[in-house]
Amino acid sequence: MGALFSFVVVILLILIAYVGVAAVGMQSIFGTVVPYAAVLIFIVGVVYRVIKWGKSPVPFPITTTGGQQKSLPWIKQAKLDNPSGSAGVIGRMALEILLFRSLFRNSKSELRDGRLAYGSAKWLWLAAIAFHWSFLIVLLRHIRLFATPIPSFVSLLENLDGFLQIGAPRLYLTGVILLLAVTYLLLRRFYVPQVRYISLASDYFPVFLIVAIASTGILMRYFFKVDIVSVKELAMGLVSFNPTIPAGIGSIFYIHVFLVSILFAYFPFSKLMHAGGVYLSPTRNLANNSRAVRHVNPWDYPVKVHTYDEYENEFREKMINAGIPVEHSPAITPEEEEKLTEPTDDAEIPVGKE
Amino acid sequence: MYNGGKILLGILIFLALATFPFYNNIGKADVEPKPSIDTPAIQKLSEKKCIEPTAFMKAEHMVLLNEWRDLAVRDNNRVYVAGDGKKYTISLQNTCMKCHSNKKEFCDKCHNYAGVSPYCWDCHLAPKEGK
Repeated sequence: MGALFSFVVVILLILIAYVGVAAVGMQSIFGTVVPYAAVLIFIVGVVYRVIKWGKSPVPFPITTTGGQQKSLPWIKQAKLDNPSGSAGVIGRMALEILLFRSLFRNSKSELRDGRLAYGSAKWLWLAAIAFHWSFLIVLLRHIRLFATPIPSFVSLLENLDGFLQIGAPRLYLTGVILLLAVTYLLLRRFYVPQVRYISLASDYFPVFLIVAIASTGILMRYFFKVDIVSVKELAMGLVSFNPTIPAGIGSIFYIHVFLVSILFAYFPFSKLMHAGGVYLSPTRNLANNSRAVRHVNPWDYPVKVHTYDEYENEFREKMINAGIPVEHSPAITPEEEEKLTEPTDDAEIPVGKE
Repeated sequence: MYNGGKILLGILIFLALATFPFYNNIGKADVEPKPSIDTPAIQKLSEKKCIEPTAFMKAEHMVLLNEWRDLAVRDNNRVYVAGDGKKYTISLQNTCMKCHSNKKEFCDKCHNYAGVSPYCWDCHLAPKEGK
């Protein structure tokens, strides 16, 4: 249901852009207003979300991560899994962000001959890392449309990406890998029953959107051949705040730009914010130093307490009447207090012991 | 805000990356490329047209060149029949570059602008210019 809904939404978005450009001729809307609005929403939205997260207190040091924490000198610490200082945390975070270490530990469980069996499951990790790195390289390659002169690292990326020299224009490997990986991630949601069960429209929509973005990009580069010089003129106009709409750019370009704009605008309000959220994961960014450093709950507020002494003062009479032992005898009068100063302890000490 | 310093540092890094295309272009004029077809060979032509229509050449020249390479190098076929029936010799240096002898003012203009680095010149000799 969620899948169908998301699919229909993405198709509608494509149609909106196509009709808007090809039939109505609103190139300036789809080539200028929409991208500007999307980038603005993206930047403001991401900052807003991160500040909102920053305002949330971390009540506990969550140290229940895998591996041996720092202990006695002869016990080997798992320094990357369970770091005790900032350097280790940075290492753990880098492994998480660059190599998806948590996902690498993904496991699957199944019933085998009536017994529960666990095994490693690396396909999700493989598809995820292929997808994310390809996406990053594809994104960085696009800098060639937004900068004159083009930074050398972009040209280097292009040459590496197209080093197989297949066809002309050269086939970029990342484009293919991106599309294959995201297709795997989509099919996984369709065919693995457990994943299908927990998949919602908000899971399917970004995947369909990215499939559509990658497909339009590939179509535009290898098949429909939009005029890249005009495209760069448009892009450069956008980033230099001097927007121009060169004539003769195919509708597929505007569809691509519209879908990318939707992705950017959708980003801060969706699961895609895991890009920022991963840095704020308490099990990744907190050192396990709970034995060495006291974590003060910043969330503490003055709690109204009622101590046992106060409780007993309130109910002493009733407790004595009911035969419940009390810490202190009935409210002490000044005369009794004088007697008590003599060194005889009251009858509260259990008899028989010692 | 808790850990305000780190959060703000992260936000600043994000902003620096996300707005890179904008501040990177401040003060840089974007000059759109105008490939020149002003060469002696082209001036001599009575009808200034390439082997195929301009729109086709603009969009598909790289595909055509790739096909030409396969035809010439792999199939030993040196004759190309254009859409209008005319026959041309399949040769980058002797057909394409004979007219477009100004690589720097023609090929490189758009290629450099759009960041395209064709590997024609890994094998072919680039035409000598300005001599």
